Amino acid sequence: MSQQPVLRARGLVKRYGRVTAIDGADFDLFPGEVLAVVGDNGAGKSSLIKALSGALVPDAGEISLDGVAVRFRGPLDARRAGIETVYQDLALAPAQDIASNLFLGRERRLPGWRGAVLRTLDVGTMRTRAQQVLDELDITVKSILQPVETLSGGQRQAVAVARAAAFGSKVVVMDEPTAALGVAESAKVLALIARLRERGLPVVLVSHNMPHVFEIADRIHVHRLGRRVAVVSPHANSMNDVVGLLTGALRMGDDGVIEEVRHAVTTGLGAHRKSAGAP
Amino acid sequence: MGAAKLLGDVMYANRTRADLGEFVLRTPAVGPAIALAVAVVVFALTTNTFLELDNLSLVVEQSLVVGTLALGQTLIILTAGIDLANAANMVLATLLMAKLVVGGTPGWLALLAGLAVTTAVGAITGGLVTRIKLPPFIVTLGLLTILAAASRIYTGQSVAVSDPLLSWLGTRRYLFGGIEVTNGMTVAVVMYLVLWYALSRTGWGRHVYAVGNEPEAARLSGIKVRRTVLSVYLIAGLVYGIAAWQALGRVPNADPNAYQTGNLDSITAVVLGGTSLFGGRGSVLGTLVGALIVSVLRSGLTQAGIDDLYQNVATGVLVIAAVALDRLSRGRQA
Repeated sequence: MSQQPVLRARGLVKRYGRVTAIDGADFDLFPGEVLAVVGDNGAGKSSLIKALSGALVPDAGEISLDGVAVRFRGPLDARRAGIETVYQDLALAPAQDIASNLFLGRERRLPGWRGAVLRTLDVGTMRTRAQQVLDELDITVKSILQPVETLSGGQRQAVAVARAAAFGSKVVVMDEPTAALGVAESAKVLALIARLRERGLPVVLVSHNMPHVFEIADRIHVHRLGRRVAVVSPHANSMNDVVGLLTGALRMGDDGVIEEVRHAVTTGLGAHRKSAGAP
Repeated sequence: MGAAKLLGDVMYANRTRADLGEFVLRTPAVGPAIALAVAVVVFALTTNTFLELDNLSLVVEQSLVVGTLALGQTLIILTAGIDLANAANMVLATLLMAKLVVGGTPGWLALLAGLAVTTAVGAITGGLVTRIKLPPFIVTLGLLTILAAASRIYTGQSVAVSDPLLSWLGTRRYLFGGIEVTNGMTVAVVMYLVLWYALSRTGWGRHVYAVGNEPEAARLSGIKVRRTVLSVYLIAGLVYGIAAWQALGRVPNADPNAYQTGNLDSITAVVLGGTSLFGGRGSVLGTLVGALIVSVLRSGLTQAGIDDLYQNVATGVLVIAAVALDRLSRGRQA
């Protein structure tokens, strides 16, 4: 990979008291790819994702976007920089309609004095644009004026993805998008991710679901004990490899060869000892 | 273009019979408006005085103070809050304005002082709710006790008002020769229109609904939740100041013991208007209808010769029925 990463992080650290959530993590996302981030519960995936989307400010380390160092002080900073996040609980207002939700928090006002003085919303343009975004992504709903609470889980997910796609100019981060969905709806969301990739938008996909990861990802970032332990290919490696890496039964050497760890009952006690010994 | 959009909305709503039900469900003011129409028809048929223009004017006039209190209450309930102190806040302002004028302060200055006090109380409420994260119920319950006591400490008996500006909202005009309209009615209509516009046509309005509906989603969407909620309490406070002005227009006499059930009456109007106590759903137009329903019911039942106490029973039944209907219709949906 000689390309420049869209989003890159080096040596990220985040501590909460004695707990080290991110322990010198690296991260690379390349243009136009779907990068899956996998890891066991408590491995620090969410913390990593939060650091990349501005929801958490790391204690140390650096993040760069298109080669330029950035420092996000909040989610709004990351959004302004073109990184959109689809949160696990979707961040939608159920009582409001689809169009309103797509523009929630960044409503558009009418041009001219009505927008400037009366602060009148440009409802027409927002609806037209919302319909366009849904059409582009092949998302079908009865009407964009439907309240979000009348939608199925998969449709809600699709609305949240559409919102990210509409505003995310650089990166879309998705946190467990298929976790709450059935088989058919999951397939639709995966197809949606593929469409984002076709449009050239790189996607970071956090997921527990190995079959989904192997179906859609171009590369897999394996996270363990607060850091990246391996990046593997879903084509060259098996699900067993990935599961072994994230549980610590396998490890990837500097030469990229995956090998078995002797005394494979690793529980991460070594890492705990290290962080507990600090202050 | 506005008409085309409206037509689009209605066509979406009318696509099937099932959707028509949904339209009623989604447009909270429709159900209450039907109820109001039914009440008017029933009283028009059963009494021979109800439909007289004088009586209709009186019905509207009698709903002005509670209707204005309910306007501020609606804003707060939309953010999933509640205000038990609104009437006490208003009463304190009426006393302040009256005493200032008696003491020689010009009417306009007294009016400004009254508006300033109710807005300041709104700021205190909003500050406690957003900064210290106290439940609005508790904050306003405490303020209710404090403000009611403060009013009685401030003046033990009622104060008569003779200032033309302070009683200006009670001034009557006759339109088309016969329809009696007070300035208070005009002011109330303007206030309702302004807030209807702000809630339904501005980004601020959408943020108010989102904050009441799903605060975490609002935060993640970049909405400044605390600032939005605080703005709601400030605006509601200002509205209560106008309610105080309305009260002096109705009766030019500030009384520390007046409007003791004003807080609950305003909640009644909001609930009858179809606004959800859980926040995020409802409209000020619904509240206007709700306030009129109470007033129509009282007037109609009085003219049908039914005792005050039974009128209270009827209002109470209506409130419970309105919330139950809302609950049941949503329960079927979920």
